[in-house]
Amino acid sequence: MTGTMVAGLRRNPISLAVALLVVLIVANALLQKNFFKPGIMLSNLTTFLPLMMIAVGQAFVVKGGSIDLSLGAVVSLVNVVVVVMAERVGGTTGIFAGMAAGLAAGLVCGLVNGVLIAVFRLQAIVTTFATSIVIGGLALKVLPQAGGALPPAYYVTYGASVLGVPFVLIVLGVLVGCIAWVARTAFHSHLTAVGANRQGAYQTGLAVARIRIVSHAIAGGMAAVAALCILGVTGAGDPLMGQAFTLGSVSAVVLGGIALSGGWGHVMGAVLGGAILGFINNIIFFANIPYQFQSIVQGVIILLALAAGIFVSRKPG
Amino acid sequence: MSDLAARTRALLADNPVLAIVIGTLVMLAAGEAISPGFASVRQIAGQLTVAAILGIVAAGQGLVILSGREGIDLSVASVMSLAALTAGNVMGGDNALTLPALGAALAIGVGVGLFNGFGVAVMRIPPLVMTLGTAGVITGLLVVLTQGQTSGAASPLLQGFIQKPFLLGLPGILWVWLALILGIHLMLTSTRFGFNLYAVGSNDLAAELSGVRVRWTRILTYGLSGLFSGFGGFCLLGYTGTVFVGASEQYILPSVIAVVIGGTSLAGGKGSYNGTAVGAVFLTVLTAFLTTINFDAATRQVLYGLVLIGFMTAYGREAKAR
Repeated sequence: MTGTMVAGLRRNPISLAVALLVVLIVANALLQKNFFKPGIMLSNLTTFLPLMMIAVGQAFVVKGGSIDLSLGAVVSLVNVVVVVMAERVGGTTGIFAGMAAGLAAGLVCGLVNGVLIAVFRLQAIVTTFATSIVIGGLALKVLPQAGGALPPAYYVTYGASVLGVPFVLIVLGVLVGCIAWVARTAFHSHLTAVGANRQGAYQTGLAVARIRIVSHAIAGGMAAVAALCILGVTGAGDPLMGQAFTLGSVSAVVLGGIALSGGWGHVMGAVLGGAILGFINNIIFFANIPYQFQSIVQGVIILLALAAGIFVSRKPG
Repeated sequence: MSDLAARTRALLADNPVLAIVIGTLVMLAAGEAISPGFASVRQIAGQLTVAAILGIVAAGQGLVILSGREGIDLSVASVMSLAALTAGNVMGGDNALTLPALGAALAIGVGVGLFNGFGVAVMRIPPLVMTLGTAGVITGLLVVLTQGQTSGAASPLLQGFIQKPFLLGLPGILWVWLALILGIHLMLTSTRFGFNLYAVGSNDLAAELSGVRVRWTRILTYGLSGLFSGFGGFCLLGYTGTVFVGASEQYILPSVIAVVIGGTSLAGGKGSYNGTAVGAVFLTVLTAFLTTINFDAATRQVLYGLVLIGFMTAYGREAKAR
């Protein structure tokens, strides 16, 4: 019985993330009063959503056998582009112009990363680190200091409900729906093939470079959407706000059972991985751990969870 | 013309270090033209001192990358901080306690490094994840230990070692770095550990089958990376005088970049420390050069990244799928 359970865990890379999530939710519910109240759950979701988004983008890149260490910088750049654009144009038109400009900026960043890595064949880790320096610099050029704000209409809408369904929940639904849809497309199988065996995929006749570029563009686009979600809460421009998300997204991907070596795992795992990191933060906050110990406890828990995740989701063979 | 371009590219691919040596010289000349004194002996010695700390940390990073299997050590900065904090508190500005402090810094480095090596080689956790996890734990530990305050102090002896001329007008740290460059070169080219490291890095299964103790080689390599980070932290303490927890953050990715633009392949098994050392000098001169030309900080940052991408495009590319 236990044997089959472990075998099942190993066959399905996402199951450990689910198990971890259940444990964390139980622990969180014990510590946080009113955890199951809709308002509290919604505020938790609002907090977790941006990291989930970025992790999903990272997951596409990692599945294709690459990695993107510039996503945090992309979030910062999109943040300031949206705010500055919206202020220049002004009014409701400004909001839409800002969103369009922000999404375009994110996609362009992803495309540039993809072209450098897939066409110029540069090594992903160092390339995306170098582009993150450039992108971070651009963000500082667009808005040198934190400041500026979106019209209230933007974050009022984000915090509101449509036909009784909270907007944030709709965003999550669309995210999960899109992942489920992409997982059924030929692109997804091709991406998995490229990540598992680039040489083999090339010899099968797949357009390896194009597939890799698209995966990076998706990551850039997801980072942009995440930036829009963050703006839905903060409503303010900050050229440095994205930094923590880069490594967080990598941790979330690994916690979600996606192998960093590429070609193994399910993108949906990244959503769970993002939630796991969020719940860990929540638990540490509500467990009354003295402030100065919070960060070490968090470090140890994440290290243990990562080790467990690797142990179970290791590529077979 | 295209023939010339192709030959230049081939030359750079064979001698990656040549490009950054030329790049460094060009920047020194241009810097001297813009701001006289940029290429003076004193300025260059100062820049080499800064480069030495990066070079020492990059030495460990380079060995780990050579060991293959996506080897990388992202815990270097946190190890540097922890080592510097411990050393600063052990010596507390006292010359007599400089050596014990050095011992403590190195011991901490080796300990963390071996722990990383155990996770990577025995538990088979991907290096990126393992070293990132360790870094997270140490960063948390630093918060507990320092409570956000600076503490500890470098002894005058240590500060002199880093900052004051020792022999031929160069500070002691540069002589130590020179010895390290020679030592690592010899280790890589003529010791059994060096041979084993290249073998493990290029193909660990083949190495295992030919009798190399792959696990031990990897564990030792991560241990060495910790050792160098510990020493790097000790030197940084001498450079800054006291311990700022965030001060070492700026070494994480530059240590990787120095290795890569120095011609070591991230795929493992191919590269040298000589290249990495030149890479460290190049990065330091690039930073100084961009500070000299009169642009705002954001533009400098953009240019820095663009230069790195440019140099990586010139060489250091992966094999084409065929």
